[in-house]
Amino acid sequence: MLFELRDVSLARGDRKVLDVVSADIHAGATAIVGPSGSGKSTLLRLLNRLADPDSGTIAYRDRPLAEYDPLTLRREVSLVPQLPSLLEGTVESNLAYAAGLAGKELDPKRCLGLAGLGAEFAERDVGKLSVGEQQRAMLARALAQEPAVLLLDEPTSALDHGARDAIEATLAKLRGELDISLIVVSHDPEQARRLAARAVRLEAGRVAACGALEEALA
Amino acid sequence: MSTSIHVSLGQVAAALALVALAAAISFWRRTDLEGDIAVATVRSLVQLTAIGYAIKLIFEADTIWLVLVLLSVMVVFGAITARSRAKKVPSAFWPLLIGLAIAAASTLGLVVALGIFEATPRYLVPVGGMMIGNAMTASAVALNRLGDEVSESRAAIEATLALGATAREAAAPFVRRALRSGTIALIDSTKTTGLIFFPGTMVGMLLAGAEPTDAVRLQLILLYALLGSTAIAALIATGLAYRNFFTPAQQLRELG
Repeated sequence: MLFELRDVSLARGDRKVLDVVSADIHAGATAIVGPSGSGKSTLLRLLNRLADPDSGTIAYRDRPLAEYDPLTLRREVSLVPQLPSLLEGTVESNLAYAAGLAGKELDPKRCLGLAGLGAEFAERDVGKLSVGEQQRAMLARALAQEPAVLLLDEPTSALDHGARDAIEATLAKLRGELDISLIVVSHDPEQARRLAARAVRLEAGRVAACGALEEALA
Repeated sequence: MSTSIHVSLGQVAAALALVALAAAISFWRRTDLEGDIAVATVRSLVQLTAIGYAIKLIFEADTIWLVLVLLSVMVVFGAITARSRAKKVPSAFWPLLIGLAIAAASTLGLVVALGIFEATPRYLVPVGGMMIGNAMTASAVALNRLGDEVSESRAAIEATLALGATAREAAAPFVRRALRSGTIALIDSTKTTGLIFFPGTMVGMLLAGAEPTDAVRLQLILLYALLGSTAIAALIATGLAYRNFFTPAQQLRELG
């Protein structure tokens, strides 16, 4: 089992963002779906310990998440946030920074290629990229760490249909080429169908369904 | 360079005419600052008179311990004042207190050790007061900026943390900018000193009848010491304060 969540709750002030959530997330591609405000992004942030739950337990590969060093965990379970947020400099300096943190050799051309960007993007200043290109650069940067799991928070929400289709094709291709698990947050059940084999459906911070895609989305 | 002049209370009272002018401008242009001007005038009168007598006592007692007590009180009040400017920084008091204390101790220690000033109340009290006052302003500006930077850049900081960077690495660009904004004002005013404005010590010495060359040399010593004390205070305050934004598990805290 990749992730095992048991009775996970998290509140922000008086609001219960996650309310006794239990779910199993298998290796492979899983979608976390639900309307906005249902707790999807918060759940994703718990998986690489950008936040910790108030109560309940989460296990990653059968070991409690709290036992992992957060820095090591985040290099193995890499989160790509909803809005692109690159460091000042070139695309390549961003990739090198990420690879350096994870202690990996950087092959910029390969990372860019996996994210659907040409090798010429390496020298580009991140301030001069379109949002779609920045999103791909974020993906390439995460891949530079050679993670085992990619957590993607609404990877196409800021993009038009053409760019969305291209990113989805990239993610599907990635699954074929790398031994990597994807956990994708999406408010769109159709996108979940295109990208994932399994799904967790949240509603108002509770698990409405969890399991094989069609059963979970039904 | 020990020249002394006598200033009568009548002269001070006469200077209040300029305060009246400021209040009149405020009233006329409706900037609604008359109350603040009155409070500032009364407070400056009471506070400076009180500190004047306190310094007189300390000079007469001529003991280093009273100097240390006075400077410690100034450090504590400086940290409290600066904290009110750094509201977005959690638990800003301790970083400020430590920064001010180390800045005052190290710069005063250095000017004494280098033989620039004697370790007597007559030098330590005014010089220490200047060091602490300027260090307070610099670290307040730096932490104010740090609070703004971090609250505006939460997404960017979390994106860096998400790669497995430490809190220190994720905060580094923001800490750097905060430190820069805390120290740049004094650096800029040091660049233009003598051209656009005459700094206070030099003005005071000239008024007191000192030789212009002495006034300039003393002013230079103080400016150089101030550059050191503001940099030390801002460095320590920002270097300690950024940690308060993060949990031990390298997570950015939710702030209410």
